[in-house]
Amino acid sequence: MMLVLLCAPSAFAHPQKGEAVGFLTGFRHPISGLDHVLAMVAVGLWGAQLGAPAIWLLPVAFPMVMAMGGMLGLMGVPLPGIEYGIAASAILLGAAVMFEVRPPLALAAILVGFFAIFHGHAHGTELPPGQSALLYSIGFVIATGCLHALGIGIGTVHRWAWGQKLLRVAGALVTVGGVFFLWKAIA
Amino acid sequence: MNRAPKSRLPLYAFVIFAFATCAVPAEAHLNTTGMGPLYDGLMHFLMSPEDFLPVLALALLAGLRGAAYGRRALFTLPTAWLLGGLAGISAAARSGNALVSAAWFLLLGGLLAADAKLSLPVTTALAALLGLYHGYLNGTGMGQFETASVALLGLVFAVFVLVALAAAFVVRLHAHWARIAVRVAGSWIAASGLLMLGWAFRTR
Repeated sequence: MMLVLLCAPSAFAHPQKGEAVGFLTGFRHPISGLDHVLAMVAVGLWGAQLGAPAIWLLPVAFPMVMAMGGMLGLMGVPLPGIEYGIAASAILLGAAVMFEVRPPLALAAILVGFFAIFHGHAHGTELPPGQSALLYSIGFVIATGCLHALGIGIGTVHRWAWGQKLLRVAGALVTVGGVFFLWKAIA
Repeated sequence: MNRAPKSRLPLYAFVIFAFATCAVPAEAHLNTTGMGPLYDGLMHFLMSPEDFLPVLALALLAGLRGAAYGRRALFTLPTAWLLGGLAGISAAARSGNALVSAAWFLLLGGLLAADAKLSLPVTTALAALLGLYHGYLNGTGMGQFETASVALLGLVFAVFVLVALAAAFVVRLHAHWARIAVRVAGSWIAASGLLMLGWAFRTR
């Protein structure tokens, strides 16, 4: 019974305008692709390495600019090389964490914002039919924020010497993941 | 010699059976029964993110500025909502616009994320405009029902409670990280507004 309970999907007994589905679909969207997850967690890790005010500025900048990219996608504005952009975001953000790069705050925000457009555009073109667009958007933004928070949470180990090394290893793993996705996009 | 205790199982079974035979329909699904107009109005607000989130953003924004701002929003917003709702109930047709709703998300979420240092009159004006606009939309949606004014009261009560709780919660926050978390919530509301704007353009 325990196993069955653990595997139980949501009941959706009363679908009204696809609202519950809309929120959950939106929430699942950013966490369903590893390429997105890597980049978003890396933003949190980098913010934690850089400390205040980057620790909150970068995770605020990313969803805002990502939503702008999503808006462009929804409006049908084309953006070339989306998959390359997403893979490059994991490579560069992972490298920034790996080498603990400390650029000026504005430059870090611009870099994060630039890549956020690719992530947003990729998500913005998809909404399963019959679902609440607003709740989909809210779920989508909250999931993105949670991934940043996860990165920041992991990044708090930066206060210890072993934690700093661990974060560099995590950055290297994100970069390797990015290279893999870039190779997949090219192949 | 001890006698075995008499089992009460048959008695329990009889009572359960008696209740089961007298069972009335559950009416568990409020789609058909409703909760009464006052609670329907209250629940409508709580279940409508397009109404709920701008109010939450304004309450948090007022709370960040201090108790005086929170008190002003607490009384201005529900009053304006009530007036707008009453005007909407007597209006002929609904005239909502998805772009305007998205703009409210963007404006209030953006101001909250930026921790904008608004003056008290500007905050009051924002609360009044938000209340009048959303109240009017709610009113036009409810106008077809006989109990619309009671539902509107429930809705306004929910607005009052949300503003009171959210603003009071933020006024008490002094830790830097907690105030940052409130601003992050604002950025999420603004980001949702941007996406709403995209949806609005897409469906045009």
